[in-house]
Amino acid sequence: MNFLADITNALPETILVAFGLSALLLGAIGGDRISGLLRLLAALALAAASVAAFVQFGRGEAISAFASAELSPNGLYRVTLFTLFAKGVTYAMASLALFMSGGFLKSAQMERYEYPLLVTFGSLGAGMMLSANDLMTLYVGIETLSLSSYVLAAFRRDSIMSAEAGLKYFVLGALASGLLLYGSALVYGFSGGTGFEVIASAPTSVGLIFGLVFLICGLSFKASAAPFHIWTPDVYEGAPSAVVAFFSTAPKIAAVALLANVMFVAFGPHIDSWQMIIAIISALSMLIGAFGALMQNSIKRILAYSSISNVGFALIAIAAGAELGSAAVLVYMTLYVIATLGIFAGVLALRRGGKAIDTVADLNGLVKTKPGIALGLLVLIFSVAGIPPAAGFWGKLQVFTAGIESGMLWLVLVGALASVVSLGYYLRLVWAMFMKPAGEPMDRTDASVAAIVAISTLIVFPILTIGIQFLLSAAAQAVVG
Amino acid sequence: MAGVELTLGHYLAVSAALFTIGVFGIFVNRKNIIVILMSIELILLSVNINLVAFSVFNGTIMGQVFAMIVLTVAAAEAAVGLAILVVYFRNRGEIAVEDVNVLHG
Repeated sequence: MNFLADITNALPETILVAFGLSALLLGAIGGDRISGLLRLLAALALAAASVAAFVQFGRGEAISAFASAELSPNGLYRVTLFTLFAKGVTYAMASLALFMSGGFLKSAQMERYEYPLLVTFGSLGAGMMLSANDLMTLYVGIETLSLSSYVLAAFRRDSIMSAEAGLKYFVLGALASGLLLYGSALVYGFSGGTGFEVIASAPTSVGLIFGLVFLICGLSFKASAAPFHIWTPDVYEGAPSAVVAFFSTAPKIAAVALLANVMFVAFGPHIDSWQMIIAIISALSMLIGAFGALMQNSIKRILAYSSISNVGFALIAIAAGAELGSAAVLVYMTLYVIATLGIFAGVLALRRGGKAIDTVADLNGLVKTKPGIALGLLVLIFSVAGIPPAAGFWGKLQVFTAGIESGMLWLVLVGALASVVSLGYYLRLVWAMFMKPAGEPMDRTDASVAAIVAISTLIVFPILTIGIQFLLSAAAQAVVG
Repeated sequence: MAGVELTLGHYLAVSAALFTIGVFGIFVNRKNIIVILMSIELILLSVNINLVAFSVFNGTIMGQVFAMIVLTVAAAEAAVGLAILVVYFRNRGEIAVEDVNVLHG
């Protein structure tokens, strides 16, 4: 047990802990006056953590830490190339979401120093749960992320909607944590240990399957997969937009990658027991996400259903199993969160008379008032919808290929149906932006937000797609091994 | 003094009962959000009974370590929950479950 080696191995998290604690001290002394500075520093710390994760990824080997002979011979903490990649993307998304939130926080009078700290600690929790090699690390990581998220959802204290979003998120989230814990306790009891290796080597028993089902329920709540998605539209609608931009990117990819990691590593040998459960959750998510959004008018509610549906697509790849699915999960979720971040940057960029836009009708004629952002949003929406030239299509193709190769043609067909149905609301957004007459002029756009729209658009842009595709599949190839 | 030997099954039954009461407390309760917070605590306590019972009957220490972590996190969770409840009460003026309906899902 070499403590120094352990914290070096957990370098991305160490950076975030060190920054988070010292920034907490700075914030307590400096108060809200330094909130802008802290936001910038937090974005930098998250970017540094992301770079550290990708450097570890570049070394190409799994890393273990915090092992002890009696309790956890394989380490409480273990990162594989799969989790390192997901972690790098998670931190990068959190950093960008924080970077672009400045203008929104100012206009909503939410510029308090706790904001960047909560995002930092939430991302730390996301990184911790991705690094988990033990049910205890998993639980502590999830709770670190969740507790920060509850507070972030209710961050706009003077708004009844934000408070209610926080309350609903808290109650349902706490219930999901309870399910997760109950499952963990059963898995521990029937496998004889909490480490992932111990669970993987335990014989399949009724008790273990019982615990596994509870565990899947808790984890799919965090990933907002149906039938545990009920909180998502309400929280997306009620929480401040900058917070939702964070919720829908960093924790989203972390939660899906975590579900994949737990299934592949801890329950890999028990795949026959969980494959069908994940497939059904996947089909439900895709359908509910696609049909639920059709009748919505609020942009944020539509994006919430879109995220439910997209998590469903990623779950196809998880149901396909570790060998076929792990690369597809990463590629799909990475492309999805990049495009989503861009869309939310667009939503944050558009304000009319100091008020954030809310309904689809507010987008009317955007191509005349803000042609740059309208074109960017067009490409990003196409990417999320998976329409061929944009990068999202390649992600969807990989996921569907994994599904077909593992023999789940029915699931892929459900996915194809959901894709077609969801075009209905994606095209409604595009129609409003390009075909309707323009409304009142919009306020001036912040440079940081416009930059994020531009960057994410370029990443998912058709011409650059081939290069990105090469990069991602190279990364994903390494991930499988 | 005739008594019944306590087996793992007894502990699991108590824990399952507490867990069920907790889950029903969240969904059936129509009155007060504080009751929901109590139900959440009940769920976490049922998990702790499970963990400690398994730890004793399996002969591994991990369950007891886990139970300590759960206790700590439960305290943090209650603190965050009450803080959010206070924010909600300030905006709304009441905490009846039926009236949590500004966002219609």
